[in-house]
Amino acid sequence: MSSQPHAPAHESAHNTHHGHSHGHEAAHGTFGSYVTGFILSVILTAIPFWLVMGNVLDSKALTATIIMALAVVQIVVHMIYFLHMNSKSEGGWTMLALIFTIIIVVIALSGSLWVMHHLNTNMMPMNPEMMKNMP
Amino acid sequence: MSDTQAVSAEKPTFYLTEEHHPENSTMLGFWIYLMSDCLMFAVLFATYAVLGRSYAAGPSPADLFDLQLVAINTAMLLFSSITYGFAMLRMEKGDKGGTLGWLVLTLLFGLAFLGIELYEFHHLIHEGAGPQRSAFLSAFFTLVGTHGLHVTFGSIWLVTLMVQVSKYGLIEANRRRLMCLSMFWHFLDVVWIGVFSLVYLIGVLG
Repeated sequence: MSSQPHAPAHESAHNTHHGHSHGHEAAHGTFGSYVTGFILSVILTAIPFWLVMGNVLDSKALTATIIMALAVVQIVVHMIYFLHMNSKSEGGWTMLALIFTIIIVVIALSGSLWVMHHLNTNMMPMNPEMMKNMP
Repeated sequence: MSDTQAVSAEKPTFYLTEEHHPENSTMLGFWIYLMSDCLMFAVLFATYAVLGRSYAAGPSPADLFDLQLVAINTAMLLFSSITYGFAMLRMEKGDKGGTLGWLVLTLLFGLAFLGIELYEFHHLIHEGAGPQRSAFLSAFFTLVGTHGLHVTFGSIWLVTLMVQVSKYGLIEANRRRLMCLSMFWHFLDVVWIGVFSLVYLIGVLG
């Protein structure tokens, strides 16, 4: 059953309507795709750790930007190679759910930061000395 | 999807042919659960991003975090992800022993991750940097603790499935369960990318 090559197995599942797993067979990775994803992840993890632990760049803002950019790239790598995201799985519904979630996440994150930043800047200024003397 | 398009290309039909209704929507349902979990983590990340600099004159990330430990932790989770992937490949081949072997390795890496994290938490609380010390530490323990709790439940689930597979073999139900846990496990790795980038690396950076 599972020893058949992928494309014909997919066809036969349509015809015979048995073997539920065949409908999702395309969502599985291969040895090569897992190894590719793993190597990419190792590289994308090693670079930010190296940047911070080795104090490579002088600019903190630049380092932080690179870290976040690499994190986003690594999340995409994991989505493609480990979670096997593509626009075709489950008739595109997983991709639709993902896009919806990303939109909500972006609104929640950027909205919180934006609102709270303005709230902070409009607060009474306070330094650590005042903080220590607080009740 | 592509089938209906191919059919409609041959002769125009103005109604939906519901011939290939998905027999099994577990994967989609589980994916939607993961997306709701993602929203929960997003809120915790937002909380940390807002409160992460409120030290209350207490210790900052640069004082507390040991990046070498975090790097080892990240490696553990990454290794467990690839070993779970290999378990799925053995499952596709119908190799029960191979699947179980890779799952055991996945569990060991998962437990190593949890052990290191518990050691770190214990160390922090012992130093007086517990969740009640400052808003930063409250947000930190909530976010990282929730992730650790997910890994804990994932590990319990993994043990359950190992018992199931060894008892009943790679039957259809077990394959479906293993695929759900695969998504869950890889999803936790995705969340951890956000944790080590935002909390640990940018935190230590200052």
